Amino acid sequence: MDDRIKVEKVSYTYEEAEEPALSQVSCHIAPGEFVAVLGHNGSGKSTLAKLLNALYLPTEGVVTVCGMDTRDEDKTWDIRQQAGMIFQNPDNQIVATVVKEDVAFGLENLGVPTEEMPGRIESALSAVRMNAFADSAPHMLSGGQKQRVAIAGILAMEPSVMIADEATAMLDPSGRAEVLETIRRLNRQKGITVVWITHFMEEAAQADRVIVVSDGKIAREGTPREVFRHIDEMRALHLDVPHMTALAKELREGGMPLREDILTVEEMVEEVARLVCLSN
Amino acid sequence: MPIELKSVTHTYSEGSAFQATAIRNVSLTIEDGEFIAVVGHTGSGKSTLVQHLNGLLKPTGGQILIDGEDLNAPGADRRRIRQKVGLVFQYPEYQLFEETVAKDIAFGPKNLGLSEDEIDARVRRAMAHVHLDYDKYAQRSPFELSGGQMRRVAIAGVLAMEPKVLILDEPTAGLDPRGRDRILGMVQELHARGGTTVIMVSHSMDDVARLATRLVVMSKGELVATGTPREIFRQVDMMESIGLGVPEAARLCALLRQRGVKLPDDLYTPEELRDSLLALWKEAHPC
Amino acid sequence: MLKNITMGQYYPVDSLVHRLDPRIKILLTIAFIVAVFMVHSLVGYAIMLGFVYLTSRLARVPFKMLMRGLKPLRFILVLTFLLNLFFSGSGEPVFQLWFITVTAQGLSQAVHYSLRLMFLVVGTSLLTLTTSPIMLSDGIELLLSPLKRFHFPAHELGMMMSIALRFIPTLLEETDKIQKAQMARGADFESGNLMQRAKAMVPLLVPLFVSAFRRAGDLAMAMEARCYHGGENRTRLRVLKIQRNDLLACATMAGLILLIVAEGLLL
Repeated sequence: MDDRIKVEKVSYTYEEAEEPALSQVSCHIAPGEFVAVLGHNGSGKSTLAKLLNALYLPTEGVVTVCGMDTRDEDKTWDIRQQAGMIFQNPDNQIVATVVKEDVAFGLENLGVPTEEMPGRIESALSAVRMNAFADSAPHMLSGGQKQRVAIAGILAMEPSVMIADEATAMLDPSGRAEVLETIRRLNRQKGITVVWITHFMEEAAQADRVIVVSDGKIAREGTPREVFRHIDEMRALHLDVPHMTALAKELREGGMPLREDILTVEEMVEEVARLVCLSN
Repeated sequence: MPIELKSVTHTYSEGSAFQATAIRNVSLTIEDGEFIAVVGHTGSGKSTLVQHLNGLLKPTGGQILIDGEDLNAPGADRRRIRQKVGLVFQYPEYQLFEETVAKDIAFGPKNLGLSEDEIDARVRRAMAHVHLDYDKYAQRSPFELSGGQMRRVAIAGVLAMEPKVLILDEPTAGLDPRGRDRILGMVQELHARGGTTVIMVSHSMDDVARLATRLVVMSKGELVATGTPREIFRQVDMMESIGLGVPEAARLCALLRQRGVKLPDDLYTPEELRDSLLALWKEAHPC
Repeated sequence: MLKNITMGQYYPVDSLVHRLDPRIKILLTIAFIVAVFMVHSLVGYAIMLGFVYLTSRLARVPFKMLMRGLKPLRFILVLTFLLNLFFSGSGEPVFQLWFITVTAQGLSQAVHYSLRLMFLVVGTSLLTLTTSPIMLSDGIELLLSPLKRFHFPAHELGMMMSIALRFIPTLLEETDKIQKAQMARGADFESGNLMQRAKAMVPLLVPLFVSAFRRAGDLAMAMEARCYHGGENRTRLRVLKIQRNDLLACATMAGLILLIVAEGLLL
């Protein structure tokens, strides 16, 4: 089967922990897919992320990235080049004192020849629309801009998968929007597979597929429409559903025959306008 | 204990090359028992504004009166005022330092020079406010707790000063939905039952719509609007032009009105919108 | 705001001196220090002063700025001067008052020592004013890299210096925030005796350390995720190459040393 990432019956237990953080998890991610992983803090979603690029190795089971087994030590650097990762805290993942040098960091580690670097840095920075800041100091940038620099740093390494571990959790709404928009564009235009770990429902609603993790297991999996219609189940897992999905449910209960799988305000407008105008 | 700001201006590094005006000419009166939400973009001056309210920053122009007393007058007792106006910073869990939760929460009351008994009583009350069980958590190290719990310990540390006004700078930043709901529930309780005046800086219009009695809208260092959520959120265009937006329910209401659905123009909570829509529906389908 | 702090005393303009290879500049600074120790006459010091002045013009660094580097040292300078003046040297006193005796030798030694100290400071200031901290750390790393053969961690040292430079502004900002947060809880950092003040720092230092360690852990993971595995097989974006101007600068320094030596022999 043609999978970018394959997780087969994987368990992971932290040192000194009694309970496994993940147990018997299996999932497949296809090339070009945008998959959101949802779960509350401590659900095991971050652990899953770190298993996908050999930062953690499974206690049980197998993880393969582009056909490479993460337990194979000879392949560690190839795997990390193929599956880049963006972390939560924008400050704690930028290494250099100048933006373009930070983008170069991964290339330097891969041993890319010096002559090749400026071109790759430039195209990575323009892909995240940060070329105007190539010579800036990272600490002068906003949170969203720092995350875009981090994305450029990964992009320059020409990966096929990007894993974002709550990359928007510490940002304000506009920063969150600009980072998500950047990643979605890279997914559409460059066909980069995205694993988007988050606890924001509105972000998950934009994914091709949602995986809900709870207590170290996959609790539900499917398109956002399929997943979010289970409002009570999501709430029981201490997760939200998009406001419009919740409102649609209440309206249905009040007797309005609305569609069950509404996610956005725009969809709600269409549905309500259709029903109300029909009746007028 | 009303707080009155009279044309407050704050300019950082005045006179240097890096001079930057963070807030300009802000006038505002905060009455007892209000729940004020300060909303605005990052860099709009919200954080600078709230740091003035307990004297951590001094205005470079204008005055701040607390209970009629000029906070920055020579001889004003800023430490006494700080005790009345508690400020919870962003990511407050990063300020924890003591060996145990109880000791950390006691830091503020100790600085006030209270008796041991009073300190202990305050620690217990503060922990009850943030829903942390005293027997279970008081003697644990704050660094062993989960992120959400650490944040509640930090908030308890400010509550133990027993302030009349509580300021929170983005208290839910970085938390998951469960952590967020806990903190907001707690703040709401303090306001409703404890009668504490609350001033909360927030990015979430939906949270603000649910909790605040009044909004203060900041943009580019200036106060651009203030009013009840209903007054502010009906101005969808104004809020969108400064890049803030309105709660989803208010946006839905505005879009539906554009499509000719007969709704009042000032709905902003999902509940009112639901009731209005259902009423419309029932009218058209009496059976 | 704290965000705008400038690192060290780097004076960010573009000049011939700024563009010199940092390795060359470090070596030239060492040569300059050697030259300072070879000077034994006032004429020699005059030559050195001329050199420093011309270099500062060439570097487009105001001479006043350079002299400002001496300000923090003024007490040490005065002390050096007075100690040498009163307590060194033997021979005929030129001046005597109660228990104070000043000899000619003492006077000359006092002048020498203070001038030497001043030139040492000014010379190194020329280096730090014209070389950004990151270039400086690059230069040090490269100069030390031949020692790698003896398992000296030159690459790690360079990486450490550059990460420290990256995080200084972040940690300063954080210090300011924690300090304010504790002040909001009634902490007092300004009054009390030394003991009380030291104790008052605990609520500031503990969170700062905790945060620094957390950041270090995060950063280490982020670096690993970006394939960092030490200095082996690593290429660099910034490659330093010796240019014609670097050679010219070396020749100038050689000229200065020759001049000093000649002056010492002739006078």
